[in-house]
Amino acid sequence: MSTPLIGDYSAAPEDAALRAVLVGVITFPGTLDDRDAARAVRLAGGTAVELWHGDANLHDVDAVIIPGGFSYGDYLRAGAISRFAPLMEKVVDASKGGMPVLGICNGFQILTEAHLLPGSMIKNDHLKFMCRDQLLRVENNSTAWTSAYGQGEGMVIPLKNQDGQYVADEKTLDELEGEGRVVFRYDGFNPNGSRRDIAGITNAAGNVVGLMPHPEHAVEAGFGPDSSAGGDVALGGGTDGIGIFTSVLTSLVAGGK
Amino acid sequence: MTASANSTAEQKKFNIDTVEHAASTPGTPLPWAELGLKEDEYNRVVEILGRRPTAAELAMYSVMWSEHCSYKSSKVHLKQFGDKVTEKMKEHLLVGIGENAGVVDIGEGWAVTFKVESHNHPSFVEPYQGAATGVGGIVRDIISMGARPVAVMDPLRFGAIDHPDTARLVHGIVSGIGGYGNSLGLPNIGGEVVFDSVYQGNPLVNALAVGVMRHEDIRLANASGAGNKVVLFGARTGGDGIGGASVLASESFDDAKPSKRPAVQVGDPFAEKVLIECCLELFKASVVEGIQDLGAAGISCATSELASNGDGGMHVELTKVLLRDPSLTPGEILMSESQERMMAVVTPENVEAFEAIMDKWNVEYSWLGEVTGTGRLIIDWDGETIVDVDPRTVAHEGPVYNRPFHRPEWLDGVQSDSFSAERPFGGEAVKQAVLDLMASPNMCDKSWVTNQYDRYVQGNTALAMPDDAGVIRVDEETGLGVAISTDANGRYTYLNPYEGAKLALAESYRNVATSGARPMAVTDCLNFGSPEDPEVMWQFAEAVRGLADGCQELGVPVTGGNVSLYNQTGGVAIHPTPVVGVLGVFDDVARRTPSGWREDGQAIYLMGVTRDELDGSEFANLRGHLGGQPPKVDLQAEKLLGDLLINASRDGMIDSAHDLSEGGLAAALSEMALRFGVGARIGLDEVAERDGVDLFTLLFSESQARAVVSVARSEEVRFKDMCSARGFAHSRIGVVDTEIGALDFQGHFVLPLDELKEAHEGTLPKHFG
Repeated sequence: MSTPLIGDYSAAPEDAALRAVLVGVITFPGTLDDRDAARAVRLAGGTAVELWHGDANLHDVDAVIIPGGFSYGDYLRAGAISRFAPLMEKVVDASKGGMPVLGICNGFQILTEAHLLPGSMIKNDHLKFMCRDQLLRVENNSTAWTSAYGQGEGMVIPLKNQDGQYVADEKTLDELEGEGRVVFRYDGFNPNGSRRDIAGITNAAGNVVGLMPHPEHAVEAGFGPDSSAGGDVALGGGTDGIGIFTSVLTSLVAGGK
Repeated sequence: MTASANSTAEQKKFNIDTVEHAASTPGTPLPWAELGLKEDEYNRVVEILGRRPTAAELAMYSVMWSEHCSYKSSKVHLKQFGDKVTEKMKEHLLVGIGENAGVVDIGEGWAVTFKVESHNHPSFVEPYQGAATGVGGIVRDIISMGARPVAVMDPLRFGAIDHPDTARLVHGIVSGIGGYGNSLGLPNIGGEVVFDSVYQGNPLVNALAVGVMRHEDIRLANASGAGNKVVLFGARTGGDGIGGASVLASESFDDAKPSKRPAVQVGDPFAEKVLIECCLELFKASVVEGIQDLGAAGISCATSELASNGDGGMHVELTKVLLRDPSLTPGEILMSESQERMMAVVTPENVEAFEAIMDKWNVEYSWLGEVTGTGRLIIDWDGETIVDVDPRTVAHEGPVYNRPFHRPEWLDGVQSDSFSAERPFGGEAVKQAVLDLMASPNMCDKSWVTNQYDRYVQGNTALAMPDDAGVIRVDEETGLGVAISTDANGRYTYLNPYEGAKLALAESYRNVATSGARPMAVTDCLNFGSPEDPEVMWQFAEAVRGLADGCQELGVPVTGGNVSLYNQTGGVAIHPTPVVGVLGVFDDVARRTPSGWREDGQAIYLMGVTRDELDGSEFANLRGHLGGQPPKVDLQAEKLLGDLLINASRDGMIDSAHDLSEGGLAAALSEMALRFGVGARIGLDEVAERDGVDLFTLLFSESQARAVVSVARSEEVRFKDMCSARGFAHSRIGVVDTEIGALDFQGHFVLPLDELKEAHEGTLPKHFG
């Protein structure tokens, strides 16, 4: 065992079918929550595969997560450089073939830059980095990443970003609403000025989902938020985010993976 | 990616002062005074070399012999940290003082390294970059030891909250720490935010980082093995931060002097994040023999320290350094404090593997030269020798000052001026005092600051602010983890430096134990005024003596840290402020104790005894008073309390615990109720009678070795028996009540949590938006 392996432990009960699902987690220079996303996949029962932005192929994974962070420092526009990574071309192709793709925070920003999702993120309206436990509402539970939730169900997961304000033109926003493509909405408190309280959206096919808050940080009791949408939890006991990962695993297994 | 970016044509435009030239021109006047050297120090350089130094050598000596790098005023006192360490205390120390950071064995093959450093002066001049690069610097120290950084903490001290300049510093410093630390993917798990007008022109920005590694991964900064290659990698070298250590951090601020902005470095957190991952990959592949980060004094420091810690010498070619600005002189290149750079020693066989890892991460590097067996550090500029020195004379054999010190004459007057203002009497007056206290700048809710930091990233944060200590899981399978707290009280130390330093240690130790961890090791950041002032020097000497004695009594060794002197403006020094960080260990972080109760019906106990100790307290501070003696420190009582808290946590007797420190019992009860928004019924008459104090004093005194805990009904007997068996005072003072939404001080007053919360949370947003 050597030092960089911290984060490899999985205590999930074994289910061979779920464990056979391979979920790729892409690391760009400046990616931060890659090991966390991989841990969430393992805790949900699947197998995480490390992908490097410079890889030439997707190593036969069944789904892809683009995790949070500050890829390339976000010095240009968040995600603006990462979209040109060699592997992103493969992700775009695979997503068109129906592969489930999830972008979290910086990953969401990369998906909009890659034009897999519409709109964009600008600086929070209060101009500060904000870290808080955020209540969301699941507005669409028919995507590859949200089937484990009830329609309209709440979830509390950490939000932490500087550029989290979702913006798009009115026509696009109306389309998203009309087609049921708003997947998550901020509930009770809009933390960054996002248009129509939008926290996450999907593409028309429902396989590509992006959201700003971090479900991978609400998957393990003791290390999550102090609260949950379902009521009282123990210290750090919020695990409302795990459903995102079980959703994709079960939908892939059900789909014959 | 290696490049020969600096063409020979560009280099030649300098009139290079070679060793040969220096030897033949002994009379050439050199700007040693402008570089911060004293005349006798300069003469010593001449004596060591047997000739005048070259311009490049002068640059190296001046920066390495600066207060910041050489500890020349503090060394004679700091020795005590080593002298007072017993063999028993060293039991878990894998690396002690003197390396980039100390390393502690926490068991199961894991090691933890941690250290706190100051970045005070740069943060006043340029708050955002000063604070950001403070985080960057301490994180590189941690990487240099071979560890993956896993968390940061930031003890901050600002001037008066309503001073016009304070908002500039608060906004800049907080966003600088967030902007850098968040981009590195390091959870920020705690620290302090203090406001006091003594820090007006000298804010204190201290940064602590902690890293973890397997025992076999520990790396040290030394250059051994003649023929091994020396490589510089990371960011390019630019003109930023030239003279940061010598000119900025080793002098006081003075209105008459020019702006020091060019001496502040500029940070690039993305480059640092890439550097972290790239270094960890180097360690994993075992391709570096020795490694050193470039911080204060840049290449001067890295080459001289690596060479003098090794067994030979070093020979490098300075024109190989990749530059951002080709007009830099050799002296400037040697002194530049450009961030995000590392230097390593690599065997010839590993060169290819090293380059492959650099290329993977797109990190620039250049091979500067090699380790030799000559015992000399030789630096060439385009083949001509410009530095030829014994590296030890640069890195380790700098001047040592036994600066004069004496007890300030004013201290007797201050110590005899006990707090004597009228004390609030009666329920309503005491209630108002609690509200005022909890809304005050030092006691108010700090989430305006901490919400700008990522506390979740890496997924191992088991506790963070506002709990007593930050707790990080190290091993995901066993739950093995560490707790860290940083504490200081400048007012206590001003009143009595010896006791004040012990009090800082006691509080930090208590915080770690309150979270449930066993304290194991200490790091310190000693922030003081000018050592050239004998009264400041006395404060320093006393504080170091107090801290060293305290560590010995508690059995926790100092593993490293930093000294920041010259924190004074216009002849007025800050309060002596020794910030003490204590590291503790958990067998399983699942046992950690939060600082607030939530279960209805649990019994609330006050542990410890309250005396009439208001001198130096937050309450006296709010009344504008500072005098008398700080609370009495009793480290045996602290140790006992710590043992009880750790046992109670391990055996599942307590569900919450909070230490009593600034603001006393009033603050502790308020914070425990607000942590999860759950009230309690509190009866204090019995314990007030036992301790012979009135309600107000019981609530506001800052007597030490106390904590409040909540105990499940089923555990009460066991808990009481444990305290009684150890002879530690404990008294049941209330019951958690999830219904009342208030702290009901029965028979005196009722404090609705809504009202308390509003007062507590409103202060920072009101001042800073």
